[in-house]
Amino acid sequence: MTELAIHADRAQLGIPRFPAHPVDGLAGTSFKHQHLPNILADDERTGGFFEVHAENYMGAGGPPHAALVKIREDYPVSLHGVCMSIGGPQPLDKGHLGRFAALVKRYEPALVSEHLAWSTHETTYYNDLLPLPYTEASLRRVAEHIDEVQEAIGRPILLENPSSYLLFKDSTMSETAFMRGLVRRTGCGLLLDINNVFVSATNQGFSALDYLSDFPMADVGEIHLAGHTQQQDDEGDLLLIDSHNGPVADAVWKLFDVVIALRGPVPTLIEWDSAIPDWSVLKREAQAAQMLMDRHAPGLRQETLHARG
Amino acid sequence: MREVRDCFLGSADELDYPAQFVAGLLDPARPTPTLLTGPHGKAAHRRFNVYRNNVTVSLIEALAATFPATRRITGEAFFRAMARFHIRETPPKSPLLFEYGRNFPDFIERYAYARPMPWLADVARIERAWLDAYHAADAAVLLPHVLAAAQPAELADLVFEPHPATGVVRSAYPAVTVFSANRGDGPVGRIEASAPETALITRPSLEVEVRTLAPGADIFVGSLLEGEPFGSAAVAGHACCPHFDLATAIRVMLEAGAFAAIRHGG
Repeated sequence: MTELAIHADRAQLGIPRFPAHPVDGLAGTSFKHQHLPNILADDERTGGFFEVHAENYMGAGGPPHAALVKIREDYPVSLHGVCMSIGGPQPLDKGHLGRFAALVKRYEPALVSEHLAWSTHETTYYNDLLPLPYTEASLRRVAEHIDEVQEAIGRPILLENPSSYLLFKDSTMSETAFMRGLVRRTGCGLLLDINNVFVSATNQGFSALDYLSDFPMADVGEIHLAGHTQQQDDEGDLLLIDSHNGPVADAVWKLFDVVIALRGPVPTLIEWDSAIPDWSVLKREAQAAQMLMDRHAPGLRQETLHARG
Repeated sequence: MREVRDCFLGSADELDYPAQFVAGLLDPARPTPTLLTGPHGKAAHRRFNVYRNNVTVSLIEALAATFPATRRITGEAFFRAMARFHIRETPPKSPLLFEYGRNFPDFIERYAYARPMPWLADVARIERAWLDAYHAADAAVLLPHVLAAAQPAELADLVFEPHPATGVVRSAYPAVTVFSANRGDGPVGRIEASAPETALITRPSLEVEVRTLAPGADIFVGSLLEGEPFGSAAVAGHACCPHFDLATAIRVMLEAGAFAAIRHGG
């Protein structure tokens, strides 16, 4: 009884339930439940940080929350929303926003992010990150949605650039200009998915380096790296699919190295969401990202781990 | 407010892209939306198909993850075809995919190609209850000594509070036997069972458990879950089944963690 009373007081006083665990300069991975025993058995806590899809933890209880509590006690956690539908014109789902805010409060994540995309139209949920035209009208609407999310969770989010396969005839500005506009209007940060940049550049025939040189790097709070697969478009040319089912491509590693040289180390995540490998394989990909960052700023990771205690 | 302002600014048309985009998303017979294009004048058909494919395949995979035994029984091709029909008829209404598939067992019951497997819908119902138990709120289970401490005179009026994870699926077929044989990766032998079975699905801690309730016990536990007091639930169990063993039924429901607490009714 005494213990319960003490916990209630902590919550009322707003005292954090978990250690702060800084994330600066660390490489991490998607958190997959099948890896939990391996992660917990790793006494050196070499996992860096872990990112979870928020929606998978919106159930009332059970194994998902039990696993996330264990991970959160030892590591920084990044909460990555997948279906807020920020990029759609219709009002945000208030129930969903409330669930998202409750997770932010409960797990005190080091990073919180969502996508520049939509997934719900009227009442149907399409379970994909669908694209939007880049216009003044859509910019205004998306900015309102970001304001609403940030108000609900009491902190800025990182907004992720999409992978794209086609264009809207009505678009009047570039993706980089659109995202810059969102940062200016809402104060949000950005999650730079370098695999998405490479996929979109290949699919739309632009230079990934040009895109990156126009991207507001100072506002980047996290980087994503992932694998992609190859298909063909109507003309028989290469069409890349953002599939998250394999190792990071060499070209994406190269772009990552360029970005880190330019921007300095940024929390970097290896995303791997299907055909999930053994923990050792996923961990090795994260270690490769860590190695590249350490090369550009050798001291930062040690400082972060020291601060973690 | 928003609509009024948009009309004023003349931007409402610019913001109707989702309606145009989704028109062809679940139906490959529909044309590629005309608001889309490939780069440098390229066509957008195969490019739009990437989204069509992502939506349908990811939802099929969501159903496959929720209903693994159902999929194992039907085989991959059968399951994917059945799931595709269901997705077109009943796409998700919530972004929480662990809520999706609630109508899938009823769909299976109506699905003409599944008629030779009349127990398939009940296996799917057990799988749906399994996932609900998995995500249910955490709660302590009713411990035997709490029940044992009740005064004999009060026993008949005791009301049992269900544990949040508890579910019951009644089948006219041996659905629990078929579910258990197909839920794992092990070999499935010939299933000899033919009697109707009732599944009790619980999650006393972090593991979901599925067990069969014997005839009589299914009525007894079902009555308690509906809020009937202990005395009338026991009478109902006996009434439906002369071999009903009350002591065993109580032991099984306590072991399973089907209830969270007791309170005095009346």
